[in-house]
Amino acid sequence: MSAPEATGERPKHNPLTETLFKGLSLSAALLVLATLGAIIAMLVVGAWPALQKFGFFRFLVTAEWNPVTETFGALTPIYGTLVTSAIAIIIGLPVSFGIALFITELCPVWLKRPVSTAIELLAAIPSIIYGMWGLFIFAPFFSETIQPWLTDTLGQVPVIGALFDGPPIGVSVFTAGIILAIMIIPFISSVMRDVFETVPRELRESAYGLGCTTWEVMWKVVLPLTRAGVVGAVMLGLGRALGETMAVTFVIGNSHDFNIGLFWPGNSIASTIANEFTEADGEIYTASLIALGLVLFMITFIVLSLARLMLARMAKTYGGKS
Amino acid sequence: MNLYARRKFINAFNLTASVLTTLFGLFFLAWILWVLFARGFAGLDLSLFTQDMPGPGSEGGGLRNAIVGSLLITLAGILLGAPVGILSGIYLSEYGRGTWLAATVRFVSDILLSAPSIVIGVFVYAIMVAPLGGFSGWAGAVALAIIALPVILRTTEDMMLLVPDTMREAAAALGAPRWKVILSVVLRAARSGVLTGVLLAVARIAGETAPLLFTALNNQFFSLDMSKPMANLPVTIFNFAMGPYDNWHDLAWAGSLLITLVVLGLNVITRAFLRGKKQ
Repeated sequence: MSAPEATGERPKHNPLTETLFKGLSLSAALLVLATLGAIIAMLVVGAWPALQKFGFFRFLVTAEWNPVTETFGALTPIYGTLVTSAIAIIIGLPVSFGIALFITELCPVWLKRPVSTAIELLAAIPSIIYGMWGLFIFAPFFSETIQPWLTDTLGQVPVIGALFDGPPIGVSVFTAGIILAIMIIPFISSVMRDVFETVPRELRESAYGLGCTTWEVMWKVVLPLTRAGVVGAVMLGLGRALGETMAVTFVIGNSHDFNIGLFWPGNSIASTIANEFTEADGEIYTASLIALGLVLFMITFIVLSLARLMLARMAKTYGGKS
Repeated sequence: MNLYARRKFINAFNLTASVLTTLFGLFFLAWILWVLFARGFAGLDLSLFTQDMPGPGSEGGGLRNAIVGSLLITLAGILLGAPVGILSGIYLSEYGRGTWLAATVRFVSDILLSAPSIVIGVFVYAIMVAPLGGFSGWAGAVALAIIALPVILRTTEDMMLLVPDTMREAAAALGAPRWKVILSVVLRAARSGVLTGVLLAVARIAGETAPLLFTALNNQFFSLDMSKPMANLPVTIFNFAMGPYDNWHDLAWAGSLLITLVVLGLNVITRAFLRGKKQ
């Protein structure tokens, strides 16, 4: 390529191109906002007939779900969603903390990258694969080994024993919770690892210099400093668990009967929509399913917003990236 | 036990637990991959790619129509989502840097990134399937584009911010207008990173099932018409896994293995690349 001859004149630029390009990128950014706005608007409009008929509060606390009499209440799916997510967090939080601790403090340098990549790959596996594995492999395994053991031990304890009750068929609220735990572990542990690594090296080294053990450095120095980030990480995982659809649909059993026992088949908001949306006939049925979607979206929106706020607060303190 | 022994014991106990939790996580990865290979590898032969889905009760068959449908829907989804994602990423890193609008867009995009994909499926059903009177490959593509958008936006912004401001200033000092600085200098420097973001988005949407259930639906037959219901791998796996026939189950496992290999492969490549870039 030969260089153009120097003429001493400045190249001419059309200011219109600049305006157009700026406008184009601005409208793309506005489209992102509009998408969220449109999703919320559509959910409210679509759910309106059901909310009008049943009332928002009564819709939330009614357990009956009967397409024949067109009586719909969201209690069973909401209970299923909250309980599966709670199980996922109860199992996933300590495990994720352990993994983050291992990667930031214990792991030899050469092993760091392979281990964190492998854990993050768990998050990359599509949820339908978790569903297949859960239904055909994990659920039978669980009902034959772990479930009888839990029923014989925790099931005999008064009060909480009622939770560990149900038929030994493998598909249950509890199985769904365990699979969700495995799915959210990579999210929580990788955010935790990132926030742990923002703690300045001097602080750890001073603690070690005072004679702290590795665990004490973690528990009394690193964790108190990164509390906001850790809560953010857990909220992020919770947001994932609440909205997860396919893996739950495979193993939760899809039953609309309300049961306290965790080994009974149940339902979650997402799995109810996935199973029934295409079959729903009649305005009220469809509107009720959309109303379920609205409830789910509201819950995840609040949880995810809190997660982002926590992580932003964390990033402000240490200049780390959320 | 004296104080020192107790502290040492607590330390040893908790650190052992930490190693065990890591093994616990890795164990599930290994278990899932092992099951996929054990059950799906036998089905991964030529007929999988050359024959269409078998009907209920018929023997053999493959997944050709589902594989082609998935490729088309994913490609269309990326072609719709990538321009918007890249342009809005440009807005965040260049024009809107530091403004409240950019902060809001980033926040909303982060919400969309983790929003339940089933709700996005319902949304696209309401805006495209119901008014246009039918399920279509295009509706599936739009749903996937909404999921791909925040992934691409985030990576584009991150990658463009890695380009030093001195390069922007140098180009501006040579008299280049802003759009030219962005397109010919910043975007060119960040090109491979932006492309990585697009690949990451492909990996994210290739296995998505929930948003396709009521948009693209499924189709038992081979079809290239994006305005009609379209076969796709994830929904086919779902239907076949729930079905009663053994050859359906075998095909579902083979399809699962195929999707997982593609998605994990893309992830390993892009992650290795992004990590090199950020250091």
